[in-house]
Amino acid sequence: MISPPTYDVLIVGAGLAGMRAAISAHQQGASVALLTKVHPVRSHSNAAQGGINAALTDRGDKWEDHAFETVKGSDYLADQDAVEVLAQDAGHDIITLEHMGVIFNRNDEGQLGTRRFGGQKKARTFFVSDFTGQAMLHVLYEQLMQAKLPVYEEWFVTSLVKDEQGHCAGLVAFEMRTGQFALFRAKTVIMASGGLGRVYEPSTNALICTGDGMAVAYRAGAPLMDMEMVQYHPTTLKGKGLLITEAARGEGAYLLNKQGDRFMKHYAPTMLELASRDVVSRAEQIEINEGRGMNGCVFLDCRHLGRAFLQNRLGQIYAEAQTFANIDLAEELLPIRPGMHYQMGGIKTDTEGRCWDIHNQWKGLPGLFAAGETACVSLHGGNRLGANSLLDTIVFGRRAGQCAANYSRTIPPPTISERSMEADQHLVATILARKGPGERPAALRLEMGTTMNRYVSVFREQEGLETARQHIQALKARWPDVTIDDKGQVYNTGMIAVLELSFMLDCAEAIIAGALTRKESRGAHFRTDYLDRDDEDWLQHILLYHQPGSEPLTDFLPVTITQWQPQIRVY
Amino acid sequence: MHTTLRVRRFNPEQDHPSPYYQEYDLAFDPSDSVLDGLIKVRETIDDSLTLRCSCRGAICGSCGMRINGHATLACKTKIISVAPLGGTIDVEPMNNMPVIKDLVTDMTPFWEKIRRIQPWLRPAEPAPVAEYLAPPESMNHLAGVMSCIMCGVCVSDCTVLEVDKQFLGPAALAKAYRFVADPRDVTTATRLEALNQPSGMWDCTRCMECIQVCPKGVGPMDRIMALRSKAMAEKMPATCGSRHAEAFTDIIKHKGILDEPMLAIRTFGLKHVGRLLGMIPMVFQSVLKGKIPMSGPLHRPISSIQHIQRLFKRVRTKS
Repeated sequence: MISPPTYDVLIVGAGLAGMRAAISAHQQGASVALLTKVHPVRSHSNAAQGGINAALTDRGDKWEDHAFETVKGSDYLADQDAVEVLAQDAGHDIITLEHMGVIFNRNDEGQLGTRRFGGQKKARTFFVSDFTGQAMLHVLYEQLMQAKLPVYEEWFVTSLVKDEQGHCAGLVAFEMRTGQFALFRAKTVIMASGGLGRVYEPSTNALICTGDGMAVAYRAGAPLMDMEMVQYHPTTLKGKGLLITEAARGEGAYLLNKQGDRFMKHYAPTMLELASRDVVSRAEQIEINEGRGMNGCVFLDCRHLGRAFLQNRLGQIYAEAQTFANIDLAEELLPIRPGMHYQMGGIKTDTEGRCWDIHNQWKGLPGLFAAGETACVSLHGGNRLGANSLLDTIVFGRRAGQCAANYSRTIPPPTISERSMEADQHLVATILARKGPGERPAALRLEMGTTMNRYVSVFREQEGLETARQHIQALKARWPDVTIDDKGQVYNTGMIAVLELSFMLDCAEAIIAGALTRKESRGAHFRTDYLDRDDEDWLQHILLYHQPGSEPLTDFLPVTITQWQPQIRVY
Repeated sequence: MHTTLRVRRFNPEQDHPSPYYQEYDLAFDPSDSVLDGLIKVRETIDDSLTLRCSCRGAICGSCGMRINGHATLACKTKIISVAPLGGTIDVEPMNNMPVIKDLVTDMTPFWEKIRRIQPWLRPAEPAPVAEYLAPPESMNHLAGVMSCIMCGVCVSDCTVLEVDKQFLGPAALAKAYRFVADPRDVTTATRLEALNQPSGMWDCTRCMECIQVCPKGVGPMDRIMALRSKAMAEKMPATCGSRHAEAFTDIIKHKGILDEPMLAIRTFGLKHVGRLLGMIPMVFQSVLKGKIPMSGPLHRPISSIQHIQRLFKRVRTKS
């Protein structure tokens, strides 16, 4: 049996947020370990293409402008204290990354260069060609190797464990290579396990983005916030939904309908293609719905940028279009459409990454922290700006790591018994023992994904949401009967699929509950039966608490406003 | 359209585990990748088929495997491109690393090699308040080698690793180049010294396989050659490899034709008489098979040597 040492800080997930948290907690002197279901460099942070935002004073930029545009982008649902932290810390954190080794593109003076991104008037997006996330992820892993931090690679978390006082005291996980369970004791746990894209079909997200962290935290009592805010990215490929970076439009590409019209001028006369993502995705969907698309798509036009420029600054999507769509971006139009991309909501945290409120305004789970896409600080509110997600991981990963390390010094070692593993071990044994042929997990996942993409997407309304809710409930009822062929212990990916499916069903239920609750249109949440934003009733966050066996419990929190009163949002 | 995936399988939990092949017949769409095919098998036919995969877009590096004998990313390989007439596709785990189950390999040895090159930036201290300044032309080219996603494909098909497990291998050496060529790193000499040792940069035989299979265009072998040039320019202690390179150019420059015996003598040096003597059987065989010109060690420069020398001059002025 594996009995790992007790850690001050145990981090679930080793993408950008997780590794950044690990490095900062380690620098604070805490004992740190990371636990991840894939090798760190396989994490989905890889997929962030376009860049990372920061308003650097020595480039004539102001953090207040960045903060305001983030707040406006969020449709005023972001907490402004959190956004201020993000915008103020950005410069320092990006320079730190450069010092660690990230090879950001440079300007002629040898300083870091910038490009433009959506929802922002100034070029403040720092980048590495069009694989910024990958370049950052590999550098953070270099730092992790240098610090020799332990990484439990290919371990799958099944639940969080609380002590008798209800404090998060560790977790249960099994090693995929052996199927062996272990109880991890830790004074603090940081969830940095990424998003839930696979709840939808299609999605730009990798197959590993199954909302595990959100579901596990939710089940343990931490509230999920603003789960209805699901971002559809304006430029995804038909079919499997692969992402085409916003940097393409940032660098000057156009959006055209089938008549060759740059239709964004009708929807966002000033910012055009660079309006915020919810606005562009809605515009595209309207064009498609009203018959001005072709085969369910509109077009991205990069032809005028020239082949050399495309290869140099947008090399990855240039190759991607060739490989996955058989399109030569330098000469042809690329059919694209809005596709599920990012979850703005997540595990509710404060600006230090804590999943509980030190002022007791809301109930959470002491000892648990979260950062990155799995968390909801809330920075992105109703709609995240492009290139703010990488920044989110770096700033709030670091802050969560620091706070967790300091907090761990104030509490005694955890006291939980090995018996905390029994329920999860029993569940896995039950799944293995089930005789087939029953339904396959993949069949249920596909039904869930297409249901969500049909009813809980760019446009939503009561009846569709109710239908989705019933579908998900029915799938939950069918889940206990799914079976797998693989009865082994070693690297049983069938088993993983069954467990991930149950996490995703909980996430889907929360998204729908949030969407049914919010009776207005704000950011990515557009209700055709409530067309307007309603600041009087709905300038507030929706918190969802897990109720085993029944619908989530709903609660509300006011939005923190510091200096920007809600205005009409025009681009 | 139909194809057959012939997958090499291995289940360590069987009583007497040994690899075997299993065939899956599959309907596919022209846009499907081999990964799509494998996922279809896993989701609809046999969920015990085990592989790693995640992004589906050639950025996470999870799905390295051999398809029809060459390592590649399954997500980047269209079924139609490897089986245009719908024939059988061989799918096997990567080489040069142990297999855990089916197509899942143990990447531990891979990462050990990466760690051996101390893969982190060692810049001048203390760090400036702002970024390190560096001209764009000194930095932007590094994007090429930073595109490496550590998928292991080059290591799988490396022909040197097949016979020498100690060799650092293409991925680690390309990663080493990334730091050697970074103007912010101040330990270039130390790095080159370490890479100048046995199992390092001189052990590549330039078979080009890694360039051929790399799914991200990193060109690992080109990076290894760049490391060699740097080591020679920095006057690192001579190795058989660097002496071989030097002698090779020198002989061609002066004789216009390769003088193999002289090349061997200058590569190993007279100190290594034993190694030279050991080559005698090979020399005989080569002569018999017509691989060595009969002119022998005393052969004269070719008649049009001035053309060769002009070429050398032109290359020199160009670089």
